[in-house]
Amino acid sequence: MITFENVRKVYPDGFEALKGIHMTVAKGELVTLIGPSGCGKTTTMKMVNRLIEPTEGKVLINGEDIAHKNPVELRREIGYVIQQIGLLPHMTISKNVSLIPKLKGWAKERYLKRVDELLDLVGLDPTVYRDRYPAELSGGQQQRVGVARALAAEPPIILMDEPFSALDPITREQLQDELIRLQQEIQKTIVFVTHDIREALKISTKIAIMKDGEIVQTGEPNQIVKEPKNEFVKSFIGDEHSGSDCDGSRMSSYK
Amino acid sequence: MSVIQAFLDVLIERWDAILTGTLEHLYLSFVSVAIATCIAVPLGIILTRKQRIAEPIIGITGLFQTIPSLALLAFMLPIFGIGITPAIIALTIYSLLPILRNTYTGILGVDRSAVEAGKGMGMTNFQILYIVELPLSLPIIMAGIRTATVLTIGVASLAAFIGAGGLGELMFRGLQMMRNDLVLAGAIPAALLAIFFDLILRWVEVKTTPRGLKK
Ligand SMILES: Nc1ncnc2c1ncn2[C@@H]1O[C@H](COP(=O)(O)OP(=O)(O)O)[C@@H](O)[C@H]1O
Ligand SMILES: [Mg+2]
Repeated sequence: MITFENVRKVYPDGFEALKGIHMTVAKGELVTLIGPSGCGKTTTMKMVNRLIEPTEGKVLINGEDIAHKNPVELRREIGYVIQQIGLLPHMTISKNVSLIPKLKGWAKERYLKRVDELLDLVGLDPTVYRDRYPAELSGGQQQRVGVARALAAEPPIILMDEPFSALDPITREQLQDELIRLQQEIQKTIVFVTHDIREALKISTKIAIMKDGEIVQTGEPNQIVKEPKNEFVKSFIGDEHSGSDCDGSRMSSYK
Repeated sequence: MSVIQAFLDVLIERWDAILTGTLEHLYLSFVSVAIATCIAVPLGIILTRKQRIAEPIIGITGLFQTIPSLALLAFMLPIFGIGITPAIIALTIYSLLPILRNTYTGILGVDRSAVEAGKGMGMTNFQILYIVELPLSLPIIMAGIRTATVLTIGVASLAAFIGAGGLGELMFRGLQMMRNDLVLAGAIPAALLAIFFDLILRWVEVKTTPRGLKK
């Protein structure tokens, strides 16, 4: 479980990016942070793996203040997927995926088995892809590897910062579907950043809508659609969502 | 025709002097580039972590390089006297810039998203350096070492001027005695050395380019 307690962030240039965030992410939830560009989604997310430190307030994981944890050890228990993917171009897919397990001292047979397992899980045939280099894959395939890499060391928490927004619409849809399936299968706690409300409504168990460094509303997707708290939320949803079409979305399962 | 004939005669007559000169030349060049590499690569890495002081320090090494090479060698005389040591010091100073600059820009040029992903996954700073940054910038660092080597092999011809030997010795003697054949006996091997090592190090550069980065 992840808890944000009154988290503020003031950047060195004096800009107040977060104005006191309170949020709880329960185990097994897929929470999306959504809001206009610059509202503080990435800042919020990067507090969880301490890529950014809060100016004030605390982030707790399972009740423990992460400020007291070693950042490297903390990060090895948290998967991390970013929009730019960031695979290491000089390593094969297998080496990329097994990097953290290897640094954690796993035995070779164990991490090689894990690589094949994960490539299967994200829909890439291991015999075809494990020895390829990232440049030999499409953007969508690379991000599948990015997801596999994040899952490799079996972290209970995964952070995803607009992981699918650079992909073409069809690939994006596929990866969203697979993320839903995957999360139901492996029950990770996922914090997912997006600016696409359709994506959020489709994949989330809970949505946190942000604006100017604050969380405006949190709730299950259908709750937010049905009871938008204010005009901002209404217009944010309204732009993209008529309220009726939510094909294949999780909304149907959260009545 | 007669100069070439004379050059060939010198080659046969003085092959031992040419060989000695070549070995001295190589010794001066390699020791200098090796020392410069040992200084400039770690320094370049440190500067990427302390970018505020990077510009001034790279500027200083750049300044050394703008000193005419003969003048730099001459400056060594009052401080270190004559011989191999002052020559190596001067050549080392001369080799710093290309290696330092390429290390610095090479590492900064590494795809930031790969570094960010590495950090976010839980790599230590040292792991980010040797797993991500160094392998990806190695071809550029190698190009800096190549530039420094070719440059130094050239400048080492002047080391004879402060009594450090090398192929410059033959050239100077030839100039003094107005014997073109002797000048060529020094100049041609020196030019061949520079070309040879340029080719070798270009090959090494290709070899050190990680497979995933080759098109
Ligand atoms: N290192 C920084 N220094 C100063 N301002 C920053 C820094 N990083 C982000 N910001 C600012 O903080 C705000 C929130 O950024 P971010 O969390 O990246 O937004 P989002 O991910 O929602 O687009 C933005 O206005 C951004 O310009
Ligand atoms: Mg962002």
